[in-house]
Order: sequence, then structure tokens, then C-alpha cells
Amino acid sequence: MYWVPLVCALVIVAVLPLVAGYIVLMERKVMADMQARLGPMRVGPHGLLQPIADAVKLLLKEDIIPDEADKAIFWIAPLVSVTAGMLAMSALAIGPWFQIADLNIGLLFIVGISALGIFGIVLGGWSSNSHYSLLGALRSAAQLVSYETAAGMAIVGGLLLAGTLSTRDIIAAQNDYGVWFVFAAPVGFFIYVVASIAETNRAPFDLPEAESELVAGYMTEYSGFRWALYFLAEYTNMVVVASIATTLFLGGWLRPFAGTPALNFLDFVPSALMLGVAGYCFYRAPKQPVQVQKMVLGAVGGLIILVALILLAPLVAPSGTFVAGMKAGLHGAFWFLLKVGLYIYLFMWLRFTFPRYRFDQLMRLGWQFLIPLSIVNVMGIGLALVLHREFGWSHWTAFPLTTILTLGVAGLLGAAGEKQEKAHAIVGEEEA
Amino acid sequence: MIPTSHYLFLSLGLFTVGVIGVVTRRNVIIILMSIELMLNAVNINLVAFSRLVGSAEGHAFAIFIITDAAAEAAVGLGIIIAFFRNRETLLGDEMDLLKW
Amino acid sequence: MLDQIVFYFFATLAMISAVLVVTRRNVVQSAIFLITALLATAGIFLQLHAEFLFIVQVILYAGGIMVLFVFVIMLINLDVSLHQVQFNRQWWLGLVLALVLGAQLTVAVAIGRSGLPLGEPVPAAMLEPSTELVGKVLFSEYMLPFEIASILLLVAMIGAVVMAKKKV
Repeated sequence: MYWVPLVCALVIVAVLPLVAGYIVLMERKVMADMQARLGPMRVGPHGLLQPIADAVKLLLKEDIIPDEADKAIFWIAPLVSVTAGMLAMSALAIGPWFQIADLNIGLLFIVGISALGIFGIVLGGWSSNSHYSLLGALRSAAQLVSYETAAGMAIVGGLLLAGTLSTRDIIAAQNDYGVWFVFAAPVGFFIYVVASIAETNRAPFDLPEAESELVAGYMTEYSGFRWALYFLAEYTNMVVVASIATTLFLGGWLRPFAGTPALNFLDFVPSALMLGVAGYCFYRAPKQPVQVQKMVLGAVGGLIILVALILLAPLVAPSGTFVAGMKAGLHGAFWFLLKVGLYIYLFMWLRFTFPRYRFDQLMRLGWQFLIPLSIVNVMGIGLALVLHREFGWSHWTAFPLTTILTLGVAGLLGAAGEKQEKAHAIVGEEEA
Repeated sequence: MIPTSHYLFLSLGLFTVGVIGVVTRRNVIIILMSIELMLNAVNINLVAFSRLVGSAEGHAFAIFIITDAAAEAAVGLGIIIAFFRNRETLLGDEMDLLKW
Repeated sequence: MLDQIVFYFFATLAMISAVLVVTRRNVVQSAIFLITALLATAGIFLQLHAEFLFIVQVILYAGGIMVLFVFVIMLINLDVSLHQVQFNRQWWLGLVLALVLGAQLTVAVAIGRSGLPLGEPVPAAMLEPSTELVGKVLFSEYMLPFEIASILLLVAMIGAVVMAKKKV
């Protein structure tokens, strides 16, 4: 089966740009929904062909290179970002059958390689030969480096529970525990969510690339397809970060309550969800203004029904056949992608809810709140594991206790930070 | 199977290039980068021998060297920045305040 | 066979990048070639079945130390440095001495490699995962150097912050 990793790699490289384009569409639709409007509706039915139109436009744009720019570095910077992001996807296990390489340092590999994307940002900002680009690039890189530490320590908290770095074995450990690690280490999950929002330069931590602040930060001088590569890199990073969180905290490809046979009816949820979406497509199809859009929406509905039937087939086929054996792969992939999608929806929800952080507030949050909290989190999980293994406390008493202790320390840290802010403000007023 | 001496030759080559960089270049940042090259060469050496013997002590030593290199790069770059603020130069030849 | 291809590829990449680091006029290009040299070294570590060290090299060296270098280069960049003399006045002496050193070491290794009583390397299938091996060694036998390394990092952090402050 030596060709399985190759096929997985080809699928990822071919499908990821399309998926990134549709995540952009999803973001615009979610933004519109939260702002009480409709979003792109013209290009396909309900705007479904908008990413393709965007891609064609970006490919046809004029390729502008600034005059004094260092051409070689200008050319290579977006490639570094995209390469780092895509390479990080090679250790991910999307379902039990879809993985390019089961490294025994899997999770650390993903974290480390996606950290190499910083060079794409810094070199891009430098080679543009523009002050805004350089400042934006340096700010962005400083932010990434600061929150990488917090994210890493939050991951260490989850890894203590798993006992291994390989992605497949982490999910197997969650299966053995019976409960996803998000319930055993909720503080770690929270730290990872916040740190990953900062890692991908998303709001509320998107000062380096906000339009009203630094034009577009390091992407200012990039246009056309090079900008599309940077954008692709950013959304690939989002997918990678969501996949790490799903693998480590949200149970990977496990169905909710995977261990209890009494709840096996939950296996029908994927097909039911897909049938619901298809039903919605057929419901909206007659209401489209243009005949072509009606047909496209009908076709999309048909495709989704096909997917639902594919998901249903392993459940109704007699057990022992090849079709029934495909259940783990298909359903696992579905649950994984659903969880990644929900995590990305969380990112978008937070983007359109919170105002932006100022850069010094951002750095203060990273260094003075998240890093101490993540260190205390690691100590707390260690304490819980020691209580469970050495003193025989049950899981249900040890973990909630240490979570409460960690939250107590977080409260103390927050109070200390506020006191320091007030002291600085008073000193500032006295000096002024 | 690659014989261990191949790794030793590679390590020697990198080390020599690093030494050339330190004694030949004027720009202090490139001197620092050549020092990093030398430390890397030593790391390859250690890991090659650790693979030969089968124990992980070479790995641990290499991790300590990487930690050391990080500390030294941070402090060295801090010194360079502090000096640059005063003298506006990055050339080792012009950093001669202690000459009589 | 694959072993040899991987080793020679990474070794050539490391040597070429190292030579380019030392000879570029533009400091940013030197930094980029140092990054490639470090990643090639990480590849050599991976080829030696030292996976943990591979990823530590990528995260710390290429993703940490080199980011620091690139930051500093971009902050104190001098346009005039592109037109200054690259090599110092005694470059020929330094080159000769370095080559003599390299030749000595090469001869030493070449003569000694058949004489040393080195056995066969442990077959790769029998190695434990590198992370667990390193963890065991680092937290049992080398606990004291580990703690000293953490204090060293703390001292370096304080030193770097003090160095970079405008008024002490």
C-alpha cells in the first residue's frame, strides 16, 4: 500500500486551494449573517461560485513588483509561507485511513513546520522595500513568536494526558480515556484557542494586517497571484491549527461518545445532517431568480444526497463486507472535518464580535497572561496525573480539582495585571 | 548504511567553512552566523557518534548545545544593537575602542 | 539506497549553503542561506534517526534563532554596507590557517577511521522512539545540566533585555 500516502498528498495539494477558497466564501457569508445582510449572492446560487470567480480574477491581474525590491526574495516569500503550511498538513490524520506520514513526533512536527511560515512573512515584508510592509511584517512576526510559546505549552498540557506525540496514538488515547481531552484540560484548550487566533493573525489579533492600520501589513505590495498565495497560506494555517486542536483536544475522528454502544444511533447523524443540507438546497432551488442558478442548486443538492448515501452505506450493509469495513474511514473523516469546520466557524464568530487589540495590549496579553497561565496549566495537569496514578484518586475528582486551581491562579494573574496597569497609569499621570 | 566517517567529514567541512567565516569577514553579524555554523557542525558529529553507540547521550548534549547557541545569539545580537546605537557601524575592524 | 541519496542530498545542500553564507555581500542573503544550511543539518539528523533532534533543530534553530537574526538584520540594516569592503585585511592568512586546520582534521579522521574499534551501528529497527530516549536520559542522568541550562537561558534573557534598553 505504498501509494496511499502519495494519493493522500495529491488530494491535499489539489483540494486545499479549493477548500481555502470556499472557507473565504464561508467567512463572507458568516460575516454577512452576523451583520444582518446576505453576502455574495450573485455569482452562483447563493454565491457558491464566488471563489472561482475570485481565483480567475486574481490570476488575470497585472503582476506588479516594486522598483527597488529584492526580486529573488520578493518572488520566494509567498512560496515559503505556502510550503510551510502545506508541509505541516502531512502529519495530520484526517480519518483513520487518510494520513501521509505517521511520524512518531507528529504533533511537534506540525507545530514546528508551521512555525517556519514566519520567514515567509518577514522576508515578504522586507523585500517590498516599503516602511509599512516592514513594520507590519516585524509586528506580525513578533506576535507569532510570542503566541507560539503559549500555544506550545498548551499543547504540552494535552500531550501529558496522551503520553505520545504521534497523531494516531493521541486519538487512540482519547478513545481509551473515554472522554475527549477538552473535558480533562479545558484551560489548556482555552489557551490554545486564544493562542491559535493570534498565530494565524486573525481578529481580534489582526493589527498587523488590518486595513485601517497598516494598509495591509506585509501583503501591501503584493498583488494578483502572489497575494492569493499569501491568502492561501493564511487559510491553510487556519486549517492546520484547527486540525491540531481537533486532534489533541476534540477527539479527532471519534464520534461523540465513541465508547458507549448504547448511543450507536449517533452513527446516523452524518447522513442525517447531509440530508438536511440537501433538503435545504432543494427547498431554495425554486426560489432562485435565474434558471441556471436553479439547476446548479439542484445539482448541488443531488451531490449532497450522494454524499449522504455514501455515508449511510457502511451502516446498512451486512457486516464483514468491504462496504461495512469502510465505516471507520468515511465516518471518521466526516467527524474530523465537521469538528475542523466548527473550530473555523468559532474563529469567524470571534472575528466579527470583538474589537481589535492594540499591539502593546496584544503583547502584554501574550507574555504576561497566557504564558504564565499555560505553565500553571502544565503543572496542574501534572498534579492531576500524579494524584490519579500515585494516590489513586479517580479521574472525576482529580481533573476538576486541578482545573479549579488553575482557574484560581488565572484569576490571581489577571488581578495582578490590572493592579500593575493601574500603577503604571498612576506613574504616567504623575510624570505628565 | 552510511559509515560514520562520512558524517565526520561533513562535520569537518562545515566547521572549516565556519572558521573561515569568523577569521575572514568584517561584518560582525556574519561572524556570529559563522559561529552558529560551527556549533551545527559539532552537533552533527555528536549525533553521528550517538547513533553509532546507540545511546541518547549525544542527543542530550546536542540539545544543550542548541540551547547554548540560542542564549549566545540573543546576547550577542543585543551587544551588536547596543554598539550600533552608539557607533553606527557593523564592521569588526571599526569596533576598536579598547585599542591603545 | 534511499539512505545514501538522502544523505548526499542534505550533505551537499549543507556544504553549498555554508559556503554561500560566508561569501555573500548582502547580509540578508547570508541569513537565508544559513537557514537552508540549518534545515539541511536537520535533514541529516532525520537521516540519523534522531527525530526529536530534527524537530528541535527546526523549531529552535531555524524557527527561533534565525528569526532573531533576521529581525536584527532588518532593524539595523545599513545600505552603505553593500559597498564596503567585504573581507578584512588579513583574509589570506585566516584562509590559509583555516585550511591547514581543516586539512589536519581531515587527515586525522582519514587515518583513524579504520583504526578505531568502532562496531556496527545499532540497526534502526531496534531503536526506541527518539523522544522517549532523549527524555529518559535528559531527566535522569543529565538533570543537573538541564537545570543549569534553564538558568543560563534566564540569565541570557535578562542580559539581552538590559543590553537593548535605551536608558539603563
